Amino acid sequence: MRRGRLVLALAAAATLTLAGCSSGGDDDADAGATSEETEASGGAEGTIKIGIKFDQPGLGFQEGSEYTGFDVDVAKFVAGELGYGEDQIEWVQSPSAQRETLLQNGQVDMIFATYSITDKRKEVVSFAGPYFVAGQDLLVAADDDTITGPEDLEGKNLCSVTGSTSAQRIKDEYATGTNLLEQPGYAECVTALTAGTVDAVTTDDIILAGLAAVPANEGKVKVVGNPFSEENYGVGIPKESDKCEAINEAITKMIDDGTWQELLDKNVGASGYQANEELNPPTPAACA
Amino acid sequence: MSTLFDVPGPVARRRMVWVNIAATVAVAGIGVWVLTRLGAKGQLDAALWKPFLTANPWVNYLLPGLVETLKAAGISIVTSAVYGFVFGLGRLSSSKIVRTVSGGVVEFFRAVPVLLMMIFFYLGLGQMRLIEPSDVPLVAVVLGLTFYNGSVFAELIRSGVHGLPKGQREAALAVGLRDVQSLRLIEVPQAVIAMLPAIASQLVVILKDTALGVIITYPELLDAARRYGAGNGNILQSLVVAALIFIVINYGLTRLAEALAGRVGRRTAGEARAEAPTLVTAIGKD
Amino acid sequence: MDDGFLQQFLSLFDEFDVLAAFWVNIQLTFYAAIIALVLGTVLAVMRISPVPSLRWAGATYVTLLRNTPLTIIMVFCVLGLWGQLGLTLSPDFQTNFFRLAVLGLSIYHAAFVCEALRSGVNTVPVGQAEAARAIGLSFWPAARLIILPQAFRGSVAPLGNVLIALTKNSTVAAAASVAEASGLMKTMIEFRPDVILAIFLTFALGFVLIVVPIGLATTSLSRRLAVSR
Repeated sequence: MRRGRLVLALAAAATLTLAGCSSGGDDDADAGATSEETEASGGAEGTIKIGIKFDQPGLGFQEGSEYTGFDVDVAKFVAGELGYGEDQIEWVQSPSAQRETLLQNGQVDMIFATYSITDKRKEVVSFAGPYFVAGQDLLVAADDDTITGPEDLEGKNLCSVTGSTSAQRIKDEYATGTNLLEQPGYAECVTALTAGTVDAVTTDDIILAGLAAVPANEGKVKVVGNPFSEENYGVGIPKESDKCEAINEAITKMIDDGTWQELLDKNVGASGYQANEELNPPTPAACA
Repeated sequence: MSTLFDVPGPVARRRMVWVNIAATVAVAGIGVWVLTRLGAKGQLDAALWKPFLTANPWVNYLLPGLVETLKAAGISIVTSAVYGFVFGLGRLSSSKIVRTVSGGVVEFFRAVPVLLMMIFFYLGLGQMRLIEPSDVPLVAVVLGLTFYNGSVFAELIRSGVHGLPKGQREAALAVGLRDVQSLRLIEVPQAVIAMLPAIASQLVVILKDTALGVIITYPELLDAARRYGAGNGNILQSLVVAALIFIVINYGLTRLAEALAGRVGRRTAGEARAEAPTLVTAIGKD
Repeated sequence: MDDGFLQQFLSLFDEFDVLAAFWVNIQLTFYAAIIALVLGTVLAVMRISPVPSLRWAGATYVTLLRNTPLTIIMVFCVLGLWGQLGLTLSPDFQTNFFRLAVLGLSIYHAAFVCEALRSGVNTVPVGQAEAARAIGLSFWPAARLIILPQAFRGSVAPLGNVLIALTKNSTVAAAASVAEASGLMKTMIEFRPDVILAIFLTFALGFVLIVVPIGLATTSLSRRLAVSR
């Protein structure tokens, strides 16, 4: 009797563990199921797995059961050009620390997740694009005219996420006397900003614009618009991917036919933010 | 408790009424001040709280988050139990080497902060690429919780067995059972029953510690609340709701643990206790 | 494990001040332990007092604080107490967060101190309380002179457990913008992912070195102080 129960418990444990580990394994299961819709919407077979952020309003955000944001819309457009309809896209959450592994393991086919093109990352993954050039900037209260750039932060309170390069750059290069508050996420920073306990929030300008465009924050905060770095947002793809050229063509088309501007306005325009015009819209770099 | 003091007389009762009124006024005063401050900062706006009366935050964020929390806690409970049995029996083994190794492992993992283990497993597993990246946060949370709570379980089993009257083991040996059989059939089952209340309190610890998963991007309840709050500008309100959910569930579990402590006493020769044993109690005892 | 590896690994310690990070955890633990002990004792007295409203208030505090994840309490301390209510505990920005973290750790662990002391009160024989009443002591003198001193001696072991938990939980202060050991470990691993195991073991061992002596001390203390009955 006792032994029977123990065996049952162990079996349950094994099942649970397996279920926990294999939840990513059934990706291919619905590949066949969608083939019918394929003809209606695209031309390509199966589904495409796209990595996005789930927690960045205006860029990649889970809103109810939908996904919204500039990254998401760009991804939809590019996928459409590659022949995948919206119903063939499978969204995969891609936190910053996991983006390279997701690509290397083939868990995603493309990543649109505020993914800056850097030489270090190029060693392990490839990039198409860039499709946007962001820059580290500041978010301040809407009625604050005293802060116009990072050098004005001397003695002020600045908020960023733990381990942010943007905050470190400000402390190293512009204003050593900045008081830095580190928080788990940018939304926490914005809460402290609207309450008036910090004077500025720093990270890439388009991320800040996305936060400022959230209805609850509208009119309360603004992006300073004086970027002090250059971040080329690329489309992360596996090293062996053959899609780079096609993605670049899609990006060029999106920029040329005005969709790019339209998507940007739609997603972060409410904050009054304008993309840095000297660098935007970018020209996709040649594929390696 | 009533033996600690005399039943208050009429004078004391009258004094109590005044003290109560004063205390209520003080607490209410602080409450009003806090609410005024929060109101001035706009945190009490109905627009920030009302969404929680609609389905959207629950269906799309909080409930899926709660499911993830319960999933991580559920798997961790099972794996901790297995781990606890293995090392608990190891600590009771007749072989000195097995005892020492098991003891070392258990004491080590009881001393290392769970958060430290989670961060290590999260970054380490991500690097090794043995499992799917999307499973890394869950596995890291489960491993961190298992190593710590499994070690606590092992310690509970050991101290439970040590807490049994000697006669139990002597009787088992007298009827011809071997050492291992006595442990397995007589001592450990009674030890587990005696320790059920303490095990149940540890379940609260496991459930609560899943919230550390937010730091390694595991989409549990706290993370879901943060995500919802991020897009709707009401992160504080969202966190308050998440905290209330945690309190309700953990309170229920705690009451269950207390009820168990009262019930199981009769079914074991050991003494039912609701607390985990102290770290390194074993030194000099084995 | 050749010399090169060891050399490289040791060079990490020139770059990152591991001892300073641990020192922050020790300081957090030290201050939070004192405040939690005081607050927890007050709560325990409330919970055994003759005044029903005090008992209720004590019980409510313990239920609320003990069942909330510490991470949430830390975030509330920073975003709520400081961010919204403007509670500033120090004019210096970083010291302010250190003190807020101490506050968060204190109010959380006070609930556990209270429960540990209550279990200590349970070890005091009923006869002690009855004798105290018989010689005419009212609640407060009886609690102060008879019950609490014995309760403290009887709850050294559970209080030691709380202190150990507090030491380990001081790593959660990272959520309150305090630079301590867990945050440094994360930075170091991200900086040198190839020696991840060595870095983890270094930090884990650091905590073992802090925690095990506390365990040993409280165990021997609880044996020495135990009231033999």
